[in-house]
Amino acid sequence: MAIAGNPNCGKSTIFNALTGLRQKVGNYPGVTVEKKTGRFFGSHGEAMELLDLPGSYSLQVRSPDEAVARDVLLGRQADTPRPDVIICVVDASNLERNLYLVAQMLELNIPIVVALNMVDVAEKNGVVIDIMALREKLGVPVVAMVATKGVGLIELRQAVSRSPLPPPTIWTQMPIVLEREVMGLAKQLPVAPDIARAEALLLLTLHEAALDEVTHHDRTVIQATKAAQQRLGTAGIDPISAPVDARYDWIGQVCAAAHHTGDGHYATSISDKLDAWLTHRVWGWVAFLGMMALMFFCIFFVAKVPMDAITNGTDWLAKWVGDHLPESDLRGLLTDGVIAGVGGVVVFLPQILILYFFLGILEDTGYMARAAFIMDRLMSKAGLHGKSFIPMLSSFACAIPGIMATRTIENRKDRLVTILVAPLMSCSARVPVYTLMIAVLMPAHSALQKAGIMLIMYFLGGAVAFGMAWLFKKKLLKGETPMLLLEMPPYRMPSWKGVALRMWERSGLFLRRAGTVILALSVLLWALATYPKPSDPKATPSEALAQSFAGRMGHALEPAIKPLGYDWKIGIGLIGSFAAREVFVGTMSIVYSVESKDKEDITPLRDTMTNEKRSDGTPMFTPLVCIGLMVFYVLAMQCISTVAVVRRETNSWRWPLFQIFYMTGLAWVGAFLVYQGGKLLGFH
Amino acid sequence: MTTDAGETLSSLPLGQKGRVLGFALPPEHRQRLLEMGLTVGAQFEVIRFAPLGDPIDIKVRGYHLSLRKNEAAGVLVARL
Repeated sequence: MAIAGNPNCGKSTIFNALTGLRQKVGNYPGVTVEKKTGRFFGSHGEAMELLDLPGSYSLQVRSPDEAVARDVLLGRQADTPRPDVIICVVDASNLERNLYLVAQMLELNIPIVVALNMVDVAEKNGVVIDIMALREKLGVPVVAMVATKGVGLIELRQAVSRSPLPPPTIWTQMPIVLEREVMGLAKQLPVAPDIARAEALLLLTLHEAALDEVTHHDRTVIQATKAAQQRLGTAGIDPISAPVDARYDWIGQVCAAAHHTGDGHYATSISDKLDAWLTHRVWGWVAFLGMMALMFFCIFFVAKVPMDAITNGTDWLAKWVGDHLPESDLRGLLTDGVIAGVGGVVVFLPQILILYFFLGILEDTGYMARAAFIMDRLMSKAGLHGKSFIPMLSSFACAIPGIMATRTIENRKDRLVTILVAPLMSCSARVPVYTLMIAVLMPAHSALQKAGIMLIMYFLGGAVAFGMAWLFKKKLLKGETPMLLLEMPPYRMPSWKGVALRMWERSGLFLRRAGTVILALSVLLWALATYPKPSDPKATPSEALAQSFAGRMGHALEPAIKPLGYDWKIGIGLIGSFAAREVFVGTMSIVYSVESKDKEDITPLRDTMTNEKRSDGTPMFTPLVCIGLMVFYVLAMQCISTVAVVRRETNSWRWPLFQIFYMTGLAWVGAFLVYQGGKLLGFH
Repeated sequence: MTTDAGETLSSLPLGQKGRVLGFALPPEHRQRLLEMGLTVGAQFEVIRFAPLGDPIDIKVRGYHLSLRKNEAAGVLVARL
């Protein structure tokens, strides 16, 4: 059994209400579309599997999500059997548009139960729907519901428990010429007879470019389709618009019979009044910036409290294990590899939970659509979509929740570009590096001047992100600019249960999918910094690191980073912090053998670095090297957690590898320009 | 102003009601607009513009739909 419906129709609420916590989240094979299933019990206690199909406007698909919904319903999705019953959720307050998908579903020959949701909202708007008339006109069971209050759930359970439900008997009649072509084409299709008509109609209504991309039918079928389209054209029937017009005409008749609008004159809704403020030319910005500031503040500062607690906890655990195990490789593996790795994963949870709390509320209330509405103009300058804004903003705190938030972007290219540039936003993990380098650069300057430099780095990251987004859209992922069609749903109260469920689900997914990769890579990096062991057992940590694989890689890297003004010691720092930027500070402490009691206090390290000399006796950390290093960290990927998440979100290694490559390249070029350009201009 | 030919959705002022006459858009865009209920003959009202003037929010078939001026310029309309 499957549950389908338009976006914003309350489908998830009904799904959650039916299945509660008996939900499973996975992926459809080969695509990043989420597959959500849950179990619920019918009115006689019989267990049923319910599949939550992605929200769609039409079976004539525009996004990967919609494609999955279509493929499941047509039995094309390999791992998912064709559902035996569809619960089609319809927003009563937006009946006409919602019935469009129902009209298409009725053509599929699968028994349907219509869940007419939000009847209370419709009534408030002065629309009373005659359920009996709607049932008669649609020819399928209709259940009136207010899912947020649990109204109609029992009736819905009853309706779907009645077995066997008959397939629909009523659907839209197409113009006779079109109907004839549909039947003709249907006969040629190698599909089950019960869906042949629906398949044929979908094919006939595809425009030429889309037809050429069809892969699930062979060329003869495509040729037959094109020939049929041509015949329709000569008969004066546009295959693109004729079925849509026919369905909306039919919907018009259904609504005329079932819709009892009051006197057609009702007051402006609360939602419209709110929008007058929230999308106002001035107040709209104030509200938007205020909300974004609050969200950013919570991700950046409020999350710091539990994050520090987690860091302290893992430090304590590592110390405890260190105290209770004899000195051995196993101890090193546990404390520096496993515990540090697990800690490095768990430490992101507070930010992810907070972000999903906000995203859930923004999405549920309908504000997300307004945010996209407000930001679209600006984002479109870089070829992006209004919905790219929130992921980019979140990435200032941490790219991981930011990249996970790109799921709200329907268009695949827009989403990919957003993912590719999101890690360029300066995240909180860069702050320790910036702080250290600024301290070395200008030890005596005021906090304000230091903050100024930091701000410039933030600005640089943002500017490069926009520039790269523009470039990617222009060169790499070119093709037609997808059109923006944004439904602005009425404002609603968020469903706290739904928000909580999403937070739970997201964090679980993050831990399982990204966590495993992060852990594995942490262990790998530990091994690189540990082996081979120094022959002299009394070697200092600094000496041990210098001749480990990581140290040797630092040496090997020296020719590549010499033009940036770096030596092999900085090379070790770069390699050590490949897993996580903030590790740079710790690695440099080991490299320079700086023992510090308080990890937070960077003064001893700063002094050591300030006094560090090149072989010719000149200072190592000149202003240009310091600025160059900061620029390097603004632009470089240097975060395996992000790599793992990008791998998960794009479902391939191709994009994360590309991302490492291009960002590291940018970082090198940036640092090179600072160092060599600065020298040319007479700085040092 | 009277209903002169060649008027598009993007040129309508705030609060203007109109009716769709046709499209000058690539088929895939036209199809989705049609499916979203903006069929030929459908009536709509320009509700508001985004703070930066683009996109446009219209009310059609009882719900709010936003589209960019770029696409709106391909929707041929008559004022009502």
